[in-house]
Amino acid sequence: MYPWIFRHLPGPLWLRIVISLVLVFIALVLMVQFLFPWMSHFTQFTDSTIGSTDQP
Amino acid sequence: MVLQEKVGTATAPAPRRAVLRGTIQVLGELLITAGVILLLFVAWQLWWTNVESDAKQSQVIKEFAQDLGSAAPAPSATPAPPAAAQDFGKPVVGTAPGHAGTIGIMYIPRFGPTYTRPIVQGTSQDVLDTLGLGHYSNTAMPGAVGNFAVAGHRQTHGAVLDNIHTLVPGDKIYVQTKDGYYVYVFRNNQIVMPSRTDVLEPVPTQPGAAPTESYLTMTSCNPRFGAEERIIAYALLDSWRPAAAGPPAEIAAQVAAATGRS
Repeated sequence: MYPWIFRHLPGPLWLRIVISLVLVFIALVLMVQFLFPWMSHFTQFTDSTIGSTDQP
Repeated sequence: MVLQEKVGTATAPAPRRAVLRGTIQVLGELLITAGVILLLFVAWQLWWTNVESDAKQSQVIKEFAQDLGSAAPAPSATPAPPAAAQDFGKPVVGTAPGHAGTIGIMYIPRFGPTYTRPIVQGTSQDVLDTLGLGHYSNTAMPGAVGNFAVAGHRQTHGAVLDNIHTLVPGDKIYVQTKDGYYVYVFRNNQIVMPSRTDVLEPVPTQPGAAPTESYLTMTSCNPRFGAEERIIAYALLDSWRPAAAGPPAEIAAQVAAATGRS
């Protein structure tokens, strides 16, 4: 999968390396912005309140 | 390379085997990717949320300090009274702000000389995850007779109450609002189940009792890195100083550092 993507990137080798790094960075940003906050609902240690006052 | 040459020379089963190998390779890459993502998630949860929340909370404190600057004269304008035990009468009790409004700043020297965290109205996820200590909006305000209760994360998102178990009876907990400084003295802690809402009663754990003292109750997760229980820290109001009298001498440096004024 990854070799296939790398082979199909346009341009010379250095450009393909740059594009790969940019793609990895975009993936990271998307994960931090959307995926990880969603995943954190499934971890335990973020609930510090008593009862269910105001707790969604 | 060697394998590909073999594929080229082999006859009937070659394409099927190539497809199989390709599928396994993609599957393996996806599994490795999933593992890397999970590791990144752990790093995000345990480290990055703290970085983000610390920045946000510093911002909240800064804004609060700016509001203070416009609302009250600089504390340095009035000379600090010599006797620390000076009695300023009954504490002024502020009105509760709206949801996510800043109530004040909490200073807990036991948690380190730079421990300053904002106290924000509400205990919903948006408050606790970024803004700092959340005030249970159905409990009393600082200084009022009754229970001033706040919640904070033990881990992640600033880990505002990570060291709650290190409090020693007699430790001072300072709450600064726009009205003044409320000095609470830590009394004891208790580990309870998450359903024990009676710790938020006006007299903690005594439903129906009429309060005669001002309590501070802090709740957080227990154990660390878990949430099966809650750890509760109780403190009692010891004294208070109006904003004009300046901060208590013990935390003057912290207040100056946090609010940018002496």
